[in-house]
Amino acid sequence: MLRLEPRLEASRTWAALTPVMAVAATMVAGAVMFALLGKDPLVAIRTIFWAPLFDPALAAYARPQILVKAAPLILIAIGLSLGFRANIWNIGAEGQYVMGAVAGGGAALAFYPLDAWWLFPFMLFCGLLGGLLWGLIPAFLKVTFRANEILVSLMLVYVAEQYLASVALGLLRNPDGAGFPGSRNLQTYESAHNAELIAGTGIHLGVVTAALAVVMVYALLRMHRTGFEIKLSGQSPRAARFAGVNQAVLTYFCLGTGGAFAGLAGIFELSGPSGQLSIDFNVGYGFTAIIVAFLGRLHPFGIVFAGLLMALTYIGGEMAQFMLNLPSAAIQAFQGMLLFFLLSMEFLTRYRIRIRRLERN
Amino acid sequence: MDFGAINPLTLIATMIVAAMPVLFAAIGELVVEKSGVLNLGVEGLMIIGAVSGFIVAVESGSAVTGLFASVFAGAALALIFGILTQFFHSNQVATGLALTLFGLGLSALLGQSYAGIKPPSFPYPDFGPLADLPVLGLLLFRYDALVYFSAVLVVAVWWFLGYSRAGLALRAVGENHDAAHSLGYKVVRTRILAILFGGACGGLGGAYIALIRVPQWTDGVTAGAGWIALALVVFSSWRPFRVVLGACLFGGVTLLQLNFQAVGIEINAAYLSMAPYLVTILALVAISGSGRRAALDAPDSLGKPFRASA
Amino acid sequence: MTGMFFRAQEISKSFPGVKANDRVDFEMATGEIHALFGENGSGKSTLVKTIYGLAQPDEGRMWLRGEDYMPRSPQQARAKGVTMVFQHFSLFDAMSVAENIALGMDQPPPRARLSEMIANTGERYGLPLSPDSRVGDLSVGERQRVEIIRCLLQDPDLLIMDEPTSVLTPQEVDTLFATLRQLVAEGTAILYISHKLEEIRELCDRATILRGGRVVAKCDPKEKSARELAELMVGRSFSAPARAASATEGELLLEASGLSLPPVSVFGTGLTGVSFSVRAGEVLGIAGVAGNGQEELAAALSGESRASGSLRLDGVELQGKGINERRRLGLSAAPEERLGHSAAPDMSLTENAYLTAAVRMRLSPGGIVDWSAARSFAESVMHSFDVRAAGPFSAARALSGGNLQKFVIGREILQTPRALVVNQPTWGVDAAAASVIRQALLDMAEDGAAIVVISQDLDELIEISSTIAVLNGGRLSEQLRVENVTRDELGLLMGGAKGLREVADAAA
Repeated sequence: MLRLEPRLEASRTWAALTPVMAVAATMVAGAVMFALLGKDPLVAIRTIFWAPLFDPALAAYARPQILVKAAPLILIAIGLSLGFRANIWNIGAEGQYVMGAVAGGGAALAFYPLDAWWLFPFMLFCGLLGGLLWGLIPAFLKVTFRANEILVSLMLVYVAEQYLASVALGLLRNPDGAGFPGSRNLQTYESAHNAELIAGTGIHLGVVTAALAVVMVYALLRMHRTGFEIKLSGQSPRAARFAGVNQAVLTYFCLGTGGAFAGLAGIFELSGPSGQLSIDFNVGYGFTAIIVAFLGRLHPFGIVFAGLLMALTYIGGEMAQFMLNLPSAAIQAFQGMLLFFLLSMEFLTRYRIRIRRLERN
Repeated sequence: MDFGAINPLTLIATMIVAAMPVLFAAIGELVVEKSGVLNLGVEGLMIIGAVSGFIVAVESGSAVTGLFASVFAGAALALIFGILTQFFHSNQVATGLALTLFGLGLSALLGQSYAGIKPPSFPYPDFGPLADLPVLGLLLFRYDALVYFSAVLVVAVWWFLGYSRAGLALRAVGENHDAAHSLGYKVVRTRILAILFGGACGGLGGAYIALIRVPQWTDGVTAGAGWIALALVVFSSWRPFRVVLGACLFGGVTLLQLNFQAVGIEINAAYLSMAPYLVTILALVAISGSGRRAALDAPDSLGKPFRASA
Repeated sequence: MTGMFFRAQEISKSFPGVKANDRVDFEMATGEIHALFGENGSGKSTLVKTIYGLAQPDEGRMWLRGEDYMPRSPQQARAKGVTMVFQHFSLFDAMSVAENIALGMDQPPPRARLSEMIANTGERYGLPLSPDSRVGDLSVGERQRVEIIRCLLQDPDLLIMDEPTSVLTPQEVDTLFATLRQLVAEGTAILYISHKLEEIRELCDRATILRGGRVVAKCDPKEKSARELAELMVGRSFSAPARAASATEGELLLEASGLSLPPVSVFGTGLTGVSFSVRAGEVLGIAGVAGNGQEELAAALSGESRASGSLRLDGVELQGKGINERRRLGLSAAPEERLGHSAAPDMSLTENAYLTAAVRMRLSPGGIVDWSAARSFAESVMHSFDVRAAGPFSAARALSGGNLQKFVIGREILQTPRALVVNQPTWGVDAAAASVIRQALLDMAEDGAAIVVISQDLDELIEISSTIAVLNGGRLSEQLRVENVTRDELGLLMGGAKGLREVADAAA
């Protein structure tokens, strides 16, 4: 019979292998799902995972797009991963992302059509601040009233979305937009445009910032006391108190960082690839980033790979939608499955499976 | 301002109907949490219940068949959560989130060709002359059958938890799983059953939205009701009748928002739509901040993984 | 199989890496109190869990009343008349006494009838209890009553008691023994698990001794001295720690006055006006039954919780200072719970060394952690205290209880604090490690540190303390020279007597 035996120490080999196995299992399950939808599973999997990278006709468009999609995912996930490691569950990154975009975009539009060098950095600062403050609300309520941050941060997503709707239709609506909802397009507002740094590569300042954030967080976890405190509070809260960790400060730090990174991702997206504040500005990066953080096993470099992979499934999904008429929601279900497989395989890092014969008397 | 358009009795009756989805989901989650498990995937359970109930209702032409399908679908999805958390010891928070993300995706996928269809209508019990009573008729005898079922369900859960042997065992498992295990209670089995019940209730709550309250299918039709149900369980300090109270309050807020719009009170629609979520946050703060009493009612093993030591 | 009421033959059970039971044989007669004793980790718990149906052996057979007996669950064991009182109670704090008792019965009677039975049984065995009180509000002794009554209501033929006296005062122990003798007189067999040798000599008719999962001896404990029993248990002779003959006590170092703390949880204990003073070179022992404020006192001294009142180290007020500030000034602590409190189970020994040594050993100047310095410090702790582990990279979880305890105590000692507070320093630790730890604490005192040892093991405290005080219900008794006080007096203080005068009155 099969027996599960707990390991004394988590296996590093399995820790690295499980995401790979989860992706493989998801491909198999996804293939079944596509077959049920009446599509050729092999073609679908190929379109999603292979075509955007290597198809000669598509790669030129798709590769930069992967970077464009991966950057906000990685930036948000890296911020969330700090909290998740410390057992602080910020799942409202979507709201922080929106508020970053609204605050930064609002700041830029307030000065329209000013042409000044400081406008762009000022806009980024306001975006960061918007996300930061939105993230600090659940932190404050948790520290002061012990209100559950999961529920508060999530409720604030809905609040932020409603707020976005109200400004897109009201305060920030494009006065020259012939009454259509949505703000002015920042892509046409040169001082506030987050343009590609190298044309045709998809690399904009947000991509660079995401890379920097990964390195910073890696260094923080590896070398700084705060990184140790984060890991310790997540693993054993009592030992953390014994080590003198100030839980309130840590809560503010984790939720604040998560919010600030999400806010930055929001303003980079708004001033670059998206351009316009509208009702459908947010497309769920804040939620997908949760998957990215877990798929990357909360490790900074793991998150980079996970973010790129997830972006690949987005772009591949778009292509499949376009070429195979696969519904867009399929890709969302696909991502959900990925997370399930990952979680179910994670037990391999903590248990070993032993096969042994049944005793017979 | 003109309140003339709002009849207070109609308001109460509609409030009760508005409360139903979160009431079902919350009463299920309450049982799950009493057994010591925190399932954050209620939103996913609800939306899967909504879509499967809707599809089966449309295909079979019977709303009641649809409801059964939603109960089954909710329980099936919850079973995935149960297996992952109880057998594979996966993190309950992460698994609950996965459930929601997966549920939202899958439901959008399944429901894409059902948008804009009107589902078969749901039966209303005929109370004959009772329904024509002044005041009481409107207040008590003109609901769909599920409203009456919800009342039965709440009383049943209250009795089960407080007065039945199995309910006592379930609370024991949630209170101290190691002690319950050493007395010979099956911790994992109890929790799986509770999770299945929670899933079935969540599915039913979702179906109520898609089949009765709205009634039609749109992507994300549950709009966060699952999360509000989770907050309600905390709000109610894990007591069934307080869940009813909380659900009605929530239903009331949702409704006021609609009614304010109807009578043309000049508040930006977006701000009104925020109200239910803001109220939930306020309620959470009020309950959590009050400290001691809530701590007494919270199941002591909530969210903690159980591993049987040999 | 005839004659014997219960018999186990060649019971073996393995867990990953350990053979918990290795061909264990033993038998019991009706009306016998049979002691099963051995050190922690000798396999006692596994064996009784097998008898109670919580674990199934890999090999071996058991007989009860001459019939094959192999329960698959506690319910099956109870159906055959086997019940058990657990060391860590299987109780539910938020529920009433009656509900707790009903949970332990397979066919509980209706509530009213049950309450009546609780009252009757309580009266018969001198164990009064109110069925409607919430278990969380009861004292530890009363909680044990709940467990015992739960067993008695099922008319057991075999009652298993796992370390029942570790939570009782000496006087409560006497009451318990009286109850057990009454039960035996009525024909119940009792399997009594303990590592307290004096108790076993007083109570038990026969003894089976386990070491490393095997039966190493069977004897009549009344015919052996405690020392002989101890050597059977440990497998070698050992010496008591040496205290310098003329331990000189210096100036006043650590002084607490009026420390008070409200209870943290609903069912918790608080502290009320705790005062004591410890000189350099002095070991203050704090005795008391579990759950009387030991953890709260340890936390108030370490700085983990904010108590009111005053705490001075060498004249410097520590109140209002956090745990790391206290460490910097020279007050360190080692809490009771090793895994999850003193040490993070999944972190390496290096990380765990950094956990408390960051301040005094300056391991993270400017916030940047010097991991190589932390590793050298961990290595020096491992070296000085003979901590057996694969290396400083081993996870704390992978160490045995004794080795980890040596590590967490050694970690504090090597930082040379001026005062050290330890809670239950040798709980669940093998005899060899316990003796190393006690010696290290005495050596540290001799070097001029002030030491506070909180322990529920009265023998340990009498052995190493210079002064002793008793914690009861969150209040600390007056501080007495250890040579001026008897076990009985301490026992009465542990049971709630206010001071020596009252103790004297009780004795009169």
